[in-house]
Amino acid sequence: MGCQSSHPSAIPELEEIMQETGFSQASVVRLYDRFQALDKEQKGSLSKYDLQGIGELAVNPLGDRIINAFFKEGEELADFRSFIRVLARFRPVEEGKSKETGRPEPMNSRLSKLRFAFQLYDQDSDGKISRDEMLQVLQLMVGIQVTDEQLVCIAERTIQEADQDGDGAISFEEFATSVEKLNIEQRMSLRLLK
Amino acid sequence: MFLLLPFDSLVVNLLGISLTVLFTLLLVFIIVPAIFGVSFGIRRIYMKTLLKIFRWATLRIERGAKEKNHPLYKPYVNGIIAKEPTSLEEEIKEIRRSGSGKALDAPEFELSDIFYFCRKGIETIMDDEVTKRFSAEELESWNLLSRTNYNFQYISLRLTVLWGLGVLIRYCFLLPLRIALAFTGISLLVVGTSVVGYLPSGRWKEFLSKHVHLMCYRICVRALTAIITYHDQENRPQNGGICVANHTSPIDVIILASDGYYAMVGQIHGGLMGVIQRAVVKACPHVWFERSEVKDRHLVAKRLTEHVQDKSKLPILIFPEGTCINNTSVMMFKKGSFEIGATVYPVAIKYDPQFGDAFWNSSKYGMVTYLLRMMTSWAIVCSVWYLPPMTREPEEDAVQFANRVKSAIARQGGLVDLLWDGGLKREKVKDAFKEEQQKLYSKTIVGNHKDRSRS
Repeated sequence: MGCQSSHPSAIPELEEIMQETGFSQASVVRLYDRFQALDKEQKGSLSKYDLQGIGELAVNPLGDRIINAFFKEGEELADFRSFIRVLARFRPVEEGKSKETGRPEPMNSRLSKLRFAFQLYDQDSDGKISRDEMLQVLQLMVGIQVTDEQLVCIAERTIQEADQDGDGAISFEEFATSVEKLNIEQRMSLRLLK
Repeated sequence: MFLLLPFDSLVVNLLGISLTVLFTLLLVFIIVPAIFGVSFGIRRIYMKTLLKIFRWATLRIERGAKEKNHPLYKPYVNGIIAKEPTSLEEEIKEIRRSGSGKALDAPEFELSDIFYFCRKGIETIMDDEVTKRFSAEELESWNLLSRTNYNFQYISLRLTVLWGLGVLIRYCFLLPLRIALAFTGISLLVVGTSVVGYLPSGRWKEFLSKHVHLMCYRICVRALTAIITYHDQENRPQNGGICVANHTSPIDVIILASDGYYAMVGQIHGGLMGVIQRAVVKACPHVWFERSEVKDRHLVAKRLTEHVQDKSKLPILIFPEGTCINNTSVMMFKKGSFEIGATVYPVAIKYDPQFGDAFWNSSKYGMVTYLLRMMTSWAIVCSVWYLPPMTREPEEDAVQFANRVKSAIARQGGLVDLLWDGGLKREKVKDAFKEEQQKLYSKTIVGNHKDRSRS
């Protein structure tokens, strides 16, 4: 956050972004300031290196995977629109808004939030969390603190519990079912202060 | 027409002379008290008047925004997201309990654990504790400087006139005055210390050196219109000790040195800085290092240890953060100065950003631009607290000692105490921190003993 706040007119495609993400203008301006603060070389887009420089993110075991979520396949830079699209998934769900058929699913719906989390497990994007992918995530989260045998046990048990169609992997629907009691809307939301 | 000509030159001459006389009188009026270390209190009256004007200006802006029915840009002092302070274990337990409805709090992995890390990660991308410490602090009320105004579209005519007047006063009156004072201060320092350097060592030399240093720093303080309040001066650093303080800008040195006689530590620079450094070391033993020597930690430690062991030598002034932070927090202290084994005298410096932000954002501004910005602000207002001396306890190591001193300084100055390294803005974080997180998490899935469940 710098001393000079951005003027709304400085933000490219402001209207489209507000429509697409549902953020208010003030929120978009705030996030644009943040985007610029992270973009240390003022190049107008973020590189993975810029995000890796955030200390608190680097100690997050899933830090690298979260960073990858901002970048399209094979791309090195993310512009503001891609940046805010990811953050839009964490917008709190508005109370009382009924489901309007015909409208595209809002970016911060329960389903979108679940899809984002699923994506962190399912790196090859084949729609299933295989045993190996499960193991990889577990290894990231515990490092050297737990032996490989224990991790294999844990991975197999988890898949067994959640797998309903017996294919040895967890599909998106099985994932959603296993966490259906969880208040995802609250757990995966970040409220911007007014 | 013809008659006007001699009149003209007469008027111009008179104007020129009176301005010069006024200027010189002003200079004398400011420098003489500096020599004797007294103050007329004019700067404080100036400060109070300015505060009243700022408050009025902010009210005006708020009124203007209300009339147009627009939301005002309010600075976020506490970050931009609503954060709940819970620990990793608490949150993961919460998630598991509410998700699976299992009554047992047994350590087991759940698919839903990922939500914790996911959210935490995105949270730090939106707002982390460190990145914002390297840009100037945001103000709650406007101080008539265009560099701190975020709501420029709501300024009325009256405010613009006031702002214009402010610009005139700052650039046309204060700036030349301050530059003249700075010039006087620095030249007196260089000349004075060089002259004192020729004297034979002894009580006279020390006495004169001390007073030349103090006098010149006081002139520099006035060159910045710095209004400093010193607290607890009985705890001032003594000979053979190390004075540590939080670092916000190069001005910190001037502020501390105008109230005490210190030995400086640092790298020899070129240019004007180098000239000053070489001059002052003639009068009293400061510790300057060549660029190549700075990398050699043992050499640095050795020279500092030698200095502090000689009880007749002055207290060393060190800024252990190693870099300038924006004065809202204190970051990790480098342990080097705490390994030497001398008594540490902590000092907390807190600036009031209302009158002029002293933070030096070295990635944004060079030294000259920075100094110009300082000299065209209203004033530099700060408070200095001298904390009681601390020594290393037998059971603690240098890092723990450093953290203890850091907490004391943060508490006194009302700053946030952060564990992060200020050098983080240029480097990546250590793996040790990541392992900590992994350790905490693994406890939640396998507990504190070996895994007992077999699938």
